[in-house]
Amino acid sequence: MKLLMILVGIIIAPLLGGLITKIKNDLRMRQGQSILQPYYNLAKYFNKGEVVSGTASWIFRIAPFVIFASALASLFYLGEFLALIFIFSLGRFFLSLAALDTGSTFGGMGSSREMFISSLSEPVACLACFAVSLQSGSTDLLAWKSFPLATISALIAGVALFLVMIAETARIPIDNQETHLELTMIHEAMILEYSGRSLALIELASYIRQMVWILIIAQVLLPVADPVGITGLPLILWGFWYAVRVILVAIVISLLEIAVAKMRLFRAVDFFGFGFVLAAIAALCAVLGY
Amino acid sequence: MSMSNLFNNIILFPIDPLSLFFLATILIVTIPSFVYSFGYLKKEYSPAKILIGQILTFLFVLSMLVVVTVSNMLAFLVAWEIMSLLSYFLVVFDSEHEKSIRAGTIYVVMTHAGTAFLIAAFLILYKHAHSFDFKLVKMASQSLPAYIKNIVFIFLLIGFGTKAGIVPLHIWLPYAHPQAPSHISSMMSGVMIKTAIYGLIRFVLYLLGVNNTWWGTLILVLAIISCLVGVIYALMDQDLKKLLAYSSVENIGIILLGVGLAMYFMSKNMAYWAILALLAGLYHLINHAIFKGLLFLCAGSVYKATGTRNMEKLGGLIRTMPLTAFCFLIGAMGISALPPLNGFVSEWLALQAFFMGAWHIAGDGKVFLGFCAAMLALTSGLAAACFVKAFGIIFLAKPRSDYAVKAVEVPISMRIGMLFLAGLTIIFGLGAAIIINPLSQVAGFSLGVNTTGLDFSLNNITIQPLAGNKAVLAPLIIALILILCGLLGFAVYRAFRKKTSIPYNTWDCGYYQLDERHEYTATGFSKPFRIAFSFFLRPYRATKKIGDSFYHIRSMTYETHTTLVFKKYIYEPALGLTFKSARFMRRIQPGSIHVYLAYIAITIFLLILFVRKF
Repeated sequence: MKLLMILVGIIIAPLLGGLITKIKNDLRMRQGQSILQPYYNLAKYFNKGEVVSGTASWIFRIAPFVIFASALASLFYLGEFLALIFIFSLGRFFLSLAALDTGSTFGGMGSSREMFISSLSEPVACLACFAVSLQSGSTDLLAWKSFPLATISALIAGVALFLVMIAETARIPIDNQETHLELTMIHEAMILEYSGRSLALIELASYIRQMVWILIIAQVLLPVADPVGITGLPLILWGFWYAVRVILVAIVISLLEIAVAKMRLFRAVDFFGFGFVLAAIAALCAVLGY
Repeated sequence: MSMSNLFNNIILFPIDPLSLFFLATILIVTIPSFVYSFGYLKKEYSPAKILIGQILTFLFVLSMLVVVTVSNMLAFLVAWEIMSLLSYFLVVFDSEHEKSIRAGTIYVVMTHAGTAFLIAAFLILYKHAHSFDFKLVKMASQSLPAYIKNIVFIFLLIGFGTKAGIVPLHIWLPYAHPQAPSHISSMMSGVMIKTAIYGLIRFVLYLLGVNNTWWGTLILVLAIISCLVGVIYALMDQDLKKLLAYSSVENIGIILLGVGLAMYFMSKNMAYWAILALLAGLYHLINHAIFKGLLFLCAGSVYKATGTRNMEKLGGLIRTMPLTAFCFLIGAMGISALPPLNGFVSEWLALQAFFMGAWHIAGDGKVFLGFCAAMLALTSGLAAACFVKAFGIIFLAKPRSDYAVKAVEVPISMRIGMLFLAGLTIIFGLGAAIIINPLSQVAGFSLGVNTTGLDFSLNNITIQPLAGNKAVLAPLIIALILILCGLLGFAVYRAFRKKTSIPYNTWDCGYYQLDERHEYTATGFSKPFRIAFSFFLRPYRATKKIGDSFYHIRSMTYETHTTLVFKKYIYEPALGLTFKSARFMRRIQPGSIHVYLAYIAITIFLLILFVRKF
């Protein structure tokens, strides 16, 4: 069952990326690319030869597998949030090392910025998780389902987690997936030296990571229980609602991406400062019982 | 005390679980470091000096073993002092270097200032217990007045805090640890500073007993400051061994988070959670001993192979020193808390102790604990950045100088030492569920809580902080999943193998002259952090143009450094004050014998007056 879910997860993950791009383009009154474009891209990368820098060592070669493994393992471990953060950081660690490995200035830039952003986002994620766990009694965020609606504290914590997700999935205003401008890029700067099959694995891993984050946020903001013991029409309705929540989060991401501009790197401190305050308020609300 | 009595009490100490734990910690780090030292010292020093060094090292290890096993405060002090002095001699082992002498002086002054507080604390305890024996002190401390207990606690905290390197008493650590030979750094950072944690646990938790909430709160606050200050300075430093020394300050902070949290919970009568918190602290203690020992050994190998510790001059060592690179990577992953290695398990446990403890705690304090946990997360994020920098700059990309080009892999004895510790880093991660129960016994013993029936592991595979809760961790299974997923990725990769993989240059924007000067430097890597934490680091930057005119510039100099806030605003004024008062006192020393005779006469007169009057 779990394996089946994970397989479905891998297959659906790029679709979610395509969906966000599609919504963005629709909102901008552009025709835009097909919703299936991420699949075409992955297929293209997988079927191309790759160029490996002569400066690179074995770290550069194994990094795509470690990154892919960490993303996939996060699907297995979906739920226990603290372990999940650490599993994500394994992939990030190797991606940052691989970026330094080729000796390119872009790589170093991306690596330094990525570690900067992630170290600021971690306390926000931790405190938001703390706020949620104060009410559910466990760091397993998906255990957060005994309530039909999120409490005030969980809503605020969910918003804080949303800010973390923006950073983790390289979205505006922290990073921009659509550009290769050296002044602004973070994630793209790190994978600049990758091509072909390795790039495909890394991209797939990014899609999976993005989906995991969206699932977590959907669960915190709009909790649903596991479909245990329900069959027939209720199960279909459950599945429908499950998907609708995910799409809702995707719509919010798209709206945010077209509504705000990319921030200067050092504004990220304020960004996460805001997130931290939100998470602290969420924790206070949880203590007060809201 | 008769001779046989003395023998029984001091020499044949009864070994309890707490001592046993520290004995084990000391041995698993010092033995590989000792093996390593044979290769490391060879050709660096004369045979006679090597012999002296090895004898000193052996005695140093012995003194640490005695410190954690004696059951008498007097014997503890003697062993403590011997340990401090021996480590001083080892710090100044490179006595021809000016730097070593200076580092040694700072170290010996700081450590004795700390010991003075310990002596004071012990004498106060002796006054009430009328004995130096641990058992009697433990009994007597139950009837100690609260204010005496508080004073003793503060003295012990300052005394042991100096040795452990708690901020702001950490000032000696980044000087002394890097200056010693690397296997000594490994022992000092890996285990010697842990004897101070032993002292805190033994004297505060075990002997005094905690019943004040503010003790725990104070230690938690100090621990957080140590964590953040340590890791931020570590991020800024370009000297590899100094970076590791600052990182020790950070990790002592993480260990103290566990200890402080245990005190906090004990004062609130939450014995179960206190055990979990102390368990996390002890687990991180042994983990830090292992990976910091390992990283210092690797740093020593890099130094031996290249002759420099400056990261800006290194690079590309992964090709010339593959094994050292691999071991350093394992250590860096461990210290960055990456799954499934050991640092990950202990930090996860610490976070769980904060989260679950906060859930169970009644009344106030919940948000404070959440804040502490968030700071721990920030620390671990910054530590990961720090070690991406360290590994990336030293071992990856192209060599940045001739030092790095000429590097060769180190001899076999050094490799054995490193590999052993790297293996332990992995074992202490994967086997966490087996290790955790004996550790909980140690924690329970230290806190004086009965641990029968306490079980933190499920089938020796899964760790469960609270039975029945869904928050569990199985490092072995995580490792298996990671490996399987990695293999799946590899299988997919292989499935498309008909496509070529061409080696070519790194993309250079069509410049065709990309070389090591275009690589990111350690200073460059830490720049965003320097700007974000500029309120604390106070970076200084100056550029100077040298040229014939404004328009034609031959060369430029660029200088940047950060201000060491504690040194500049606490230690330097204190030192200045000391010298000033010494100069002031010198005025009564004119050097004329008549004046001294007058002093004697006045003193005698005053003394007679004093005796007659009172």
